[in-house]
Amino acid sequence: MGPVSVATPMEIERPETSEEPVEVPEPDVPWVTVVHNDPVNLMSYVTYVFQAYFGYSKEKAKKLMLDVHHKGRAIVSSGTREEMERDVQAMHSYGLWATLTQDR
Amino acid sequence: MAGQFEPAEAGGAAIALDEVEISILRSLTVQLLELIGPGTEPAEPPRPETPPGEGAKGDSMEEELAGIEAVSWPSFADGPSEPPSDPVLARLFPDAYGPGPGPGPSPEAEPGSDEAARARHDRGASAEFRRYTENDLRARKREDGLAVVRSLDALTPGDRGAVLTLGPEESRRWLGTLNDLRLALGTRLEVSDDSDDELYSLPDSDERKPLVMAYLWLGSLQETLVETLTP
Repeated sequence: MGPVSVATPMEIERPETSEEPVEVPEPDVPWVTVVHNDPVNLMSYVTYVFQAYFGYSKEKAKKLMLDVHHKGRAIVSSGTREEMERDVQAMHSYGLWATLTQDR
Repeated sequence: MAGQFEPAEAGGAAIALDEVEISILRSLTVQLLELIGPGTEPAEPPRPETPPGEGAKGDSMEEELAGIEAVSWPSFADGPSEPPSDPVLARLFPDAYGPGPGPGPSPEAEPGSDEAARARHDRGASAEFRRYTENDLRARKREDGLAVVRSLDALTPGDRGAVLTLGPEESRRWLGTLNDLRLALGTRLEVSDDSDDELYSLPDSDERKPLVMAYLWLGSLQETLVETLTP
């Protein structure tokens, strides 16, 4: 990889932006992944999925699982729409019922 | 059916299975594979070519599995945009947008109301999501199921059955398939939070009884397999 980066023309200068943009665009309203309760999935399995996929601690994964179980649903992640679509697809591949929605 | 998974070396799992258990697991998994199908509707896997007059009606599981494995499905094809009509497939491949399980927006929602507009938007977004994800999802579930069948076929059960030993990657595939099988059986049996008592005390004469027994057994397999994978 070395030669490739050496060959990169380092001398190109980016024009300095002297002015700060006057308006900072509103950050997009975040999207969230919601996991829904269902009567089939095992509590231990749902906890395992939250740990394995999101890398959450056992405590956090278990708390989210209990939220799903008792409240019917829980928000398990948030981010851009694309990120949440990835998470929802992953949840579906694990067999969990998940949807994404814009948090408002 | 008292077998359960136990931790094995190097993060794997092992379980003793007798011939009947192996046969049940294989049969259920092959059924699941046939249901999941190729990834585009209609889910009708082309059969391998057979000489005329031979095997035309021989739907043995071996042939069915050969049919599933022999076909390489085009991964570039668009997936479907409509939810599957089969309730099990609809559960395995749910809508990504919308209210989730339970009653959807009431059909009497005023046209032009916020609720109706939102439902329309959710349907469109779900269709789009489905078009570019469902084929991959089906392929993944199919690969997991095929891995399960292969590991069962590699066993040579003696009088006392056989010990199935899984590596960590195989364990994850098994875990996914066991969950898909339970979702399939649970959907067919219409398992709900309130139906449990009735389902679990069926008389022997009830035709659902064998499925309920299988459902509970798969649950204990999955439960003990999860334990071996949980740090």
